[in-house]
Amino acid sequence: MARRRRTPERVALYFTLALFAFLFLLPMYVLLVNSVKPLSEIQAGGMMALPQEWTLEPWRLAWSTAQIGVDATGLRPYFTNSLIMTVSAVALSTIIGAMNGYVLTQWTFPGHRVVFLLLLGTVFIPYQTVLIPMARMLGALNMAGTVPGLVLVHTLYGIGFTTLFYRNFYAAFPPELMRAARVDGAGLFRIFFRIVLPASVPITIVSVIWQFTSIWNDFLFGVSFSDFDSYPMTVALNNLVNTSTGVAEYNVHFAGAFIAAIPTLVIYLFAGKFFVRGLMAGSVKG
Amino acid sequence: MSGLTIRDVSKSYGSLTVLSGIDIEIDEGDFLVLVGPSGCGKSTLLNMVAGLEDITQGEILIGGRVVNDLEPSERDIAMVFQSYALYPTMSVAANIGFALEVRGVPKAERARAVAEVAGLLKIEHLLDRKPGQLSGGQRQRVAMGRALVRDPQLFLFDEPLSNLDAKLRVDMRTEIKSLHRKTGKTIVYVTHDQVEAMTLATRICVMEGGHIQQQGTPEEIYGNPANTFVAGFMGSPPMNLLPARAERKAGGGWMVSLSHQSRELVLPVPHCLPPGVDGRTVTIGFRPEHICQVASEADAAGAPVATCRIELTEPTGPDLFGILDLGGREAVCKLLLDVSVQAGSDALMRFDVARSCVFDAERSVRIDTSG
Repeated sequence: MARRRRTPERVALYFTLALFAFLFLLPMYVLLVNSVKPLSEIQAGGMMALPQEWTLEPWRLAWSTAQIGVDATGLRPYFTNSLIMTVSAVALSTIIGAMNGYVLTQWTFPGHRVVFLLLLGTVFIPYQTVLIPMARMLGALNMAGTVPGLVLVHTLYGIGFTTLFYRNFYAAFPPELMRAARVDGAGLFRIFFRIVLPASVPITIVSVIWQFTSIWNDFLFGVSFSDFDSYPMTVALNNLVNTSTGVAEYNVHFAGAFIAAIPTLVIYLFAGKFFVRGLMAGSVKG
Repeated sequence: MSGLTIRDVSKSYGSLTVLSGIDIEIDEGDFLVLVGPSGCGKSTLLNMVAGLEDITQGEILIGGRVVNDLEPSERDIAMVFQSYALYPTMSVAANIGFALEVRGVPKAERARAVAEVAGLLKIEHLLDRKPGQLSGGQRQRVAMGRALVRDPQLFLFDEPLSNLDAKLRVDMRTEIKSLHRKTGKTIVYVTHDQVEAMTLATRICVMEGGHIQQQGTPEEIYGNPANTFVAGFMGSPPMNLLPARAERKAGGGWMVSLSHQSRELVLPVPHCLPPGVDGRTVTIGFRPEHICQVASEADAAGAPVATCRIELTEPTGPDLFGILDLGGREAVCKLLLDVSVQAGSDALMRFDVARSCVFDAERSVRIDTSG
C-alpha cells in the first residue's frame, strides 16, 4: 500500500482531533492539578496553573477526615458502600440477565417473545417514574435506607439491559451445540454453566462495564433510597461539596471527585477494548 | 433383534405437515442412509429418532423399545452433527468425555475410555487442544469420538461430511465405513449426497416432499428405481429420462420409439407393460452406462444398436461421456475411451434395453414388469 502524503487536509484533520482531545481532557486536568495544590493557591486564582507546592494532603483529607455525615469520616466508608453495592448489583444483574437471555433463546416457551418485550420495555422506563413505587416496595421489605436495598433496586433496574445484551448474543449461539449437549445428557443448568456461560466472555465484559459504570455513577437512586450510613459515593461526594464548614476547600473537593471516578476509569482502561469488540460482535452476529 | 423401527410416523407443525406415513425397519448392525434433497424431511426424521423433535403421530422403537416419550439422553443413542457442535471452551478430551461426566462415570474410567477412542480415531496428540485450534477433519474426528465413547445402541449422523473439502470427504467416508465394520453398530446417516448414500449404506431410504419414495439396498435403488424421482436422484450422472412412444409388437412384446435428429429410433423392450399404454407416451429411463458405444454390431451381444450423432463429449478421466439428443432431451451416454469420437460426429451406440426402466409419463411411477 502506498504511503499517504501529509496533505493540508490531513494536517487539518489531526489538528481538529488534537483540539477536541484537549477540550475533553481539560476538566480532568483541572481536577487533577487542583487536587494536589494547597487551597491558598486556588484562592489566589491559579486554577489552570501547575501547583507551586505539590501536596497530597487534599487526597488524605477527602479520603479519611472530611465532614460528610454526622462524623468526620472522609469518603472512605462511602467508597466501601459503593463498592459493595456496585459489585453485588453488577454480579446479580449480569447472572440473571445471562440466564434470561439463555432461556429466552434456547429453551423458548409459549409467550417468550412477550416476556422479552416486557423486559425490553423496562430499559425505557425513566428512573424518576419508579422512585415512589420503589420506595414503597423497599419500605414493605424493610430494606429502606440500607445497602442491600440499593443492591436490590439496581439489580431490578439493570435486568432489562443485561437480558437484552445476552439475548442478542445467545440468539447467534449455534443450536446444534445445545442439541449435542442434550444428546450427551446435560440439562438446562449444566448446559448453561458448563457450555454456554464459558463461551460468553465478550458479552459478559460488555454487561459488566455497562452495569458497573451506570450503578457506580448513579445519584438519583442513591440519594432517594439511602441513609447516613448507607450513602453511596456519589451522594457522599455531593454532601462533601455542600456541607463544608466555613471556607470551601476546593482542593479537597477535587480530590474527592477524582477518587469517585477512579473505579470506572480502571474498568474502562482494563476492559475498554473488549467493550467495543463485544458490542460489535453482538451487533454483527445478532 | 431389530435395530430401529419407525412405524407410521408423521410430523406436523400446526397445519404444515412435513413428514407423513414414514415406515422403516432395519436390523441391528444395518447402515441406513436417509437421502434426499434439502427440505425433504430427512433431518427432521433423524431429530425425531434422536428425541430432539416431538413425534406428532406414530411410534419409534430403538432395539425393540418404544422411545417416543424418552429424553435424548435416555434413548441410548449418540449423534454426530453437521457443524460438529464441539463445546468451544472445553479441550478435546473434555469434549469426548462430557457425556460420561454427565453420567457420573469416575474420572479414571473416563480417562481410559477417552484414550481408547482417541487411539481408534488417531487423535491422541490432540486431546489437550481446544476445538478452535483444530482443522475441519480433526474436528470431524473429535465429533465422532464423542459419539463412539458412549458405546450406544444407535449412532445418528446428520450430514457429517458436508462441511469438509472434497478430498477429505472421501477419506472420512472410507473411515466411517471401516468404523461401521469394526464396531458393527446400527447407524442412521442423513445426507443429500447420493454418492455417500450408495457407498456407505446397507439400506437406503430415498425421501422427497416428506414421503419415502423408495427404500431398499443400494443395488435395488440404483437398478430398480420405483419412480422418476429416485431414478433421477440416484446415480451420477443421473439416469436419462426420455419421452418415448410405447407400442405393442405384432408378435407380442413391446417396443418404444424415440426421436433422434430427424428420425425415429425404434427399440424393442423385453418388459411387460400395462396394455393401456399402447400407442401412448411413456418415460423410458436409461443409465448412461446402458447407452454405450460399441466398436461393431458384433460387440452388442444381441442388444439393439443405432448410429447416433454425438453433440458433445465430457471426459472425466476414467470415463468418457457423450451428450446426444434423444426424444428432444439431452441424454448422457458412455463412449469408448480408445476410439476418439469428435463432437458432431456419429457413433454406433448399444442400447441395453433389458436394464432400462419404463415410467408412466404423468404419474412418474414405474410401470414395467419383467417379462
